[in-house]
Amino acid sequence: MIEKNQHIILKTSDLSIGYISKKKQACIASNINIELKRGELVGLIGANGIGKSTLLRTLTQVQNPLEGTIEINDKNVHDYAPLELAKVMSLVLTEQITSKNLSVFDLVALGRQPYTNWIGTISKQDTIAINNALKQTNITELKHKKCFELSDGQLQKVMIARALAQDTDLIILDEPTTHLDMYHKAYILKLLQRLAKDTNKTILFSSHEIDLAIQLCDNLIVMTENDVVSNTPCNLISKGTFNHLFPKDLIAFDEKTGSFRINK
Amino acid sequence: MTDKKTYKLPFIILTAILVVCFFLNISFGSVAIPFKAIFNSLIGSTTEHETWQHIIQNYRLPKALTAIIVGSGLGISGLLMQTLFRNPLAGPFVLGISSGASLGVALVILGSSVFGGVFSALFVSKWGIVIAASLGSFLVLLAVLMVSIKVRDTMAILIIGLMFASITAAIVSVLSYFGSAEQLQQYVFWGFGSLGNLSWTDLSILFIIYSIGLILAILSIKTLNTLLLGENYAKSLGLNIKKSRLIIIIATSLLAGTITAFTGPIAFIGLAIPHLTRQVFNTSNHKILLPAVFLFGAIVMLICDSIAQLPYSDLTLPINAITALIGAPVIIWLLVSKRKMVF
Repeated sequence: MIEKNQHIILKTSDLSIGYISKKKQACIASNINIELKRGELVGLIGANGIGKSTLLRTLTQVQNPLEGTIEINDKNVHDYAPLELAKVMSLVLTEQITSKNLSVFDLVALGRQPYTNWIGTISKQDTIAINNALKQTNITELKHKKCFELSDGQLQKVMIARALAQDTDLIILDEPTTHLDMYHKAYILKLLQRLAKDTNKTILFSSHEIDLAIQLCDNLIVMTENDVVSNTPCNLISKGTFNHLFPKDLIAFDEKTGSFRINK
Repeated sequence: MTDKKTYKLPFIILTAILVVCFFLNISFGSVAIPFKAIFNSLIGSTTEHETWQHIIQNYRLPKALTAIIVGSGLGISGLLMQTLFRNPLAGPFVLGISSGASLGVALVILGSSVFGGVFSALFVSKWGIVIAASLGSFLVLLAVLMVSIKVRDTMAILIIGLMFASITAAIVSVLSYFGSAEQLQQYVFWGFGSLGNLSWTDLSILFIIYSIGLILAILSIKTLNTLLLGENYAKSLGLNIKKSRLIIIIATSLLAGTITAFTGPIAFIGLAIPHLTRQVFNTSNHKILLPAVFLFGAIVMLICDSIAQLPYSDLTLPINAITALIGAPVIIWLLVSKRKMVF
């Protein structure tokens, strides 16, 4: 256990994120130093508009960092060819997929694209990976359904299966629990926890389900206005980090239950 | 993707239908020719009537082959556009490719009275029209392409394509205001579309350019499947979006541009055939869709041409009207019965 946890999958050094326009650059957060280790489930939490999405967009190469570096497996992400990067990092995004006419199997099979030949032939090895991904996410019986027939919760599982089939060390999910009911929010996050343990992949997700994340994650990255901290949920609670997460006029963090309560 | 064997039977049936339609198309015409004579003529042995052989070899055979190229080419370019622009109503016409071609032709035919004799020497030959139409569609596509590199939003590109179509339509109507009656008639006839005006030389040139477009389309199959997830997912799977988009757009312009140049604008095939194919094959996998659209497009075009020919009469109806009469109801039926066009 201790041995495998020492391998660092993703590391940022003095990372600054934000947007560059022609005239000025707007820095959203700076001095971000985080390390994600193999087999960890890591939650990214913070208030609306604090820059969670910007951080994820920067980590996933959608936008460039203002300063600092991002390393995946000890190699700067800028030195990765697109196809190489697709073999170490897979994504589950908030955006809807374009074609809902795809069958579940076909959609998960698209996760094998970086490995298939010029016309996308699915080899025996690919089929094994796809079926494994379906089994790990408990959706084997949905295999032949079309995506437009699925509920939001089922579709989210399919998208996670697709990322699994891509067979990468790191999976990044952007708010995977939005639109889901309380049961399915817990189900998806519990599934992510089991996947991180079983497959030894590093899973990073952003979420507003702070109480669930506290219970399930190995590590949390908490973004506040002043800084970005990364630690285990227990340490973060004892340091009182969650007290600074939101304005104090409406809700307060209760250390005993590990959740937020409305001020009386 | 899904096991290919399940699609074997429909492909065999479609191929058989294509062969039957091909022979039927050749046997229908203003002159009645017995089936045996047609078969003999096609395999190269001599028939008793030399005129029959002449009609078949120099008129009906190239026309049938043109129908196959036009139907499959327009269908495939429609499929490429619908996937690339994530829009079930996209097609070579929406992108402004055919209006670009129309503008080129209008400039050659109608422009001679406006710009003097500069163009009149050109439009003596049919080549003038072909070159002008190719050039027009290529220029419009180039403009759309340049915009697509700057603007990342595919919906915006679609709207810009529509705007280009409006601009070219406006210029055409200004030109037709100044054109003479004969010039107007000539332009209107080109606008009707015709499959029967191609000589063997025309056909071989069309075939070469069509083949290049087809090869590019086949090379894009994997890319098109990846694009079904949306561009951000496609990028996360290691796809070079800009390069793939360029290849798909070039393939479309080669297919739709040249076909429009040689045969005139032919409506609804590019839009309707991909939808019809998705209904029958119920898949989004382009490895299945591309060959299926090829077969469907060729079959529908051969049937449309056979109808336009009005067998055993001297009349020929404009092919563009026939394809619209068949294509538009198909789209309406799909919208009504499915309520939402899935793709």
